[in-house]
Amino acid sequence: MAETASERRRREEEEQFAERGVSLWQDAWRRLLRNRMAVVGLIFIGLMVFCFITADFLPPYSYRTADYDNTRIAPRWPDHIFGTDKLGRDVFSRVWWGTRVSLTVGVVGSLTSLIIGITYGSIAGYLGGQVDNLMMRFVDVMYGFPTLLFIILIMVVLPSESAIQGMLNIFIAIGVVGWMGMSRLIRGQFLSLREKEFVLAAQMIGAGPARIISRHLLPNSLGPAIVTLTLGIPGLILTEATLSFIGLGVPPPYPSWGQMVSEGWRGLRATPHLTIYPGLAITMTMLAFNFVGDGLRDALDPTMRGTALVSAARRKKRRKKKMARKAAAKTA
Amino acid sequence: MQRFIVQRVLWNIPVLILITIVTFGMMQIVPGGPFTASSSGRPVPPEIKANMEAKYGLDKPVWQQYTNYMNRLLLHFDFGPSLRRPGSSVNSMLFGPNYMVEVLREQLRATFGTKASSMTFAEPPGLSDSSVLVVKTNGETVGYIGIGWAERLAAIGRFLTLAPVMVSAQVGLVSILIALLIGVPLGIVSALRQNSWIDYVAMFFSMLGVSIPNFLLGIMLILLFALTWELLPTYGWGNDWKQVLMPAVTLGTAGMAIIARLTRASMLEVIRADYIRTARAKGLKEGVVIVRHALKNALIPVTTVLGPMMAAWLTGSFMVEWVFSIGGIGKFFITAVTDRDYTLIMGTILLYSVALVLFNLIVDIAYGFIDPRIRFD
Repeated sequence: MAETASERRRREEEEQFAERGVSLWQDAWRRLLRNRMAVVGLIFIGLMVFCFITADFLPPYSYRTADYDNTRIAPRWPDHIFGTDKLGRDVFSRVWWGTRVSLTVGVVGSLTSLIIGITYGSIAGYLGGQVDNLMMRFVDVMYGFPTLLFIILIMVVLPSESAIQGMLNIFIAIGVVGWMGMSRLIRGQFLSLREKEFVLAAQMIGAGPARIISRHLLPNSLGPAIVTLTLGIPGLILTEATLSFIGLGVPPPYPSWGQMVSEGWRGLRATPHLTIYPGLAITMTMLAFNFVGDGLRDALDPTMRGTALVSAARRKKRRKKKMARKAAAKTA
Repeated sequence: MQRFIVQRVLWNIPVLILITIVTFGMMQIVPGGPFTASSSGRPVPPEIKANMEAKYGLDKPVWQQYTNYMNRLLLHFDFGPSLRRPGSSVNSMLFGPNYMVEVLREQLRATFGTKASSMTFAEPPGLSDSSVLVVKTNGETVGYIGIGWAERLAAIGRFLTLAPVMVSAQVGLVSILIALLIGVPLGIVSALRQNSWIDYVAMFFSMLGVSIPNFLLGIMLILLFALTWELLPTYGWGNDWKQVLMPAVTLGTAGMAIIARLTRASMLEVIRADYIRTARAKGLKEGVVIVRHALKNALIPVTTVLGPMMAAWLTGSFMVEWVFSIGGIGKFFITAVTDRDYTLIMGTILLYSVALVLFNLIVDIAYGFIDPRIRFD
């Protein structure tokens, strides 16, 4: 079916508009989807979210029911595919439930560090000068602390009436420790952005500091902030695993992967499965978040812009050459 | 240059003092104290608690406790007595003989049931280089320890004479060396062969290195190399290279991964610079271009992360020391806080922050040598 001239013109116009209509976020999303490892990471995180939601009713066993007749069973099909621990609890179900701990620490922790970091960083970055200097020196001092003292301090200061709230407190405490990096980043972004013309223009038409910060400065620093946030999540998960490994983290019977490794490690020779499966879960989760964070940075970072396209084009060219060579070999 | 160093040192003095003040304040805010529970976990009667606090001066106002502490520290380099270990000072715990001796004595006492403090060990007469040791109390032979114990003694033995600070510094130093010697070349190669399979493999493994918690890596290494293949010992430090290998790799892997990724990223940036084209255009060999011209500039970000990394690693890693039973000071960073051993908390935090300040200063000075464009004013 032939296209009339007007139709073609309209189509071309539409395409042009479509090209122009792609927002920064859509563009970033498309770039992210082109990154194979990031997609694998996203799928894994999706799986984790599924496990998170279904942890109460889908796993074959409860995370806390002990079965004293079947303790320390090696992995076997089909009833205990990851084996059982010293109390006869099913490791597979416990690893499944453990996604709750890791995902929650990622979300709660990064939200906490985001809120504190944005507040602190925007004040320092917007005001600048002596105030900024003083506030940043304080951040320097905070960097000098071993984080553990800080985490314990926050954990005991926050009120905890129930076990779940105690667990949440741990996550918040872990997040609070991570605010320094975020506030430094926001502050740096603000310092450079506030000299830009559009901020001056906003000031000219009489916008107050609150409006300038919320409508002009923050949205423009969102990209790097999100990248830092995503790349910070593995750190939060690691901190939780480490704390639980030491015995200061999530209280039993709630299973956390770090705590499971810590419990299983002593019988490493006889029952390695108690260590390997939760350990694998930690590592794969951290890998997934790292890949997504990396992909997100490449997708959002303007300095990297174009490199992915170029390499994709080059890859295409290479593939063509290869095909040509193959075809030549065939004919020869 | 000298001015810069003096300035930096002077600037860091108030920072360090501020750290001591904040730490001191935080310790007071955290509920529970060193004497709220005995070492077995039972609550301490209030009279005894009051007596203990009076003995260590904890009944005085906080500011007075602080000035007393700083006085002792600055005038006598005395970190004070440990509040949870009666009879030992923080100085001796950090810089004195290794506490692994005590751990070993504890284990021996559990085995032999004699007073461990008066125990001595000797090789059986006439049998040098045997796998049996004679255990004596007050000169009397109370028993023999067999191959397992003798092995364990020998494994720990060499560094019994090393202070915990030195053990931690050794572990950290070897790990840093491993991280640098593998990480930097890996980064260079993957930058030069960008998007090749070498690049992909190297970057995947460095991603893995960042993603695996170091305690887990240590445990997995033990599972493979010590338990399955029985190539390396599971514990100890400093006797021979076999003992050094696993702890150093465990601690070094994350840093190695970070360094490799950093080197690759900055190498990719530098390699496209004009002066590299110039260097090639004037006919220099590729190796010279890479090492002398590109690498020197590409290493600046690596140098930046090296400062905090060295400070953290040389003051000991709790995880590595715990997993491999190494008698360093990393352990104290955790136990001091959980025990509320105030003087030990202050000691460890001061040690760490002084190291941080020191290594950051060294890094700043190193910038000047790597890149002459960086000026100190």
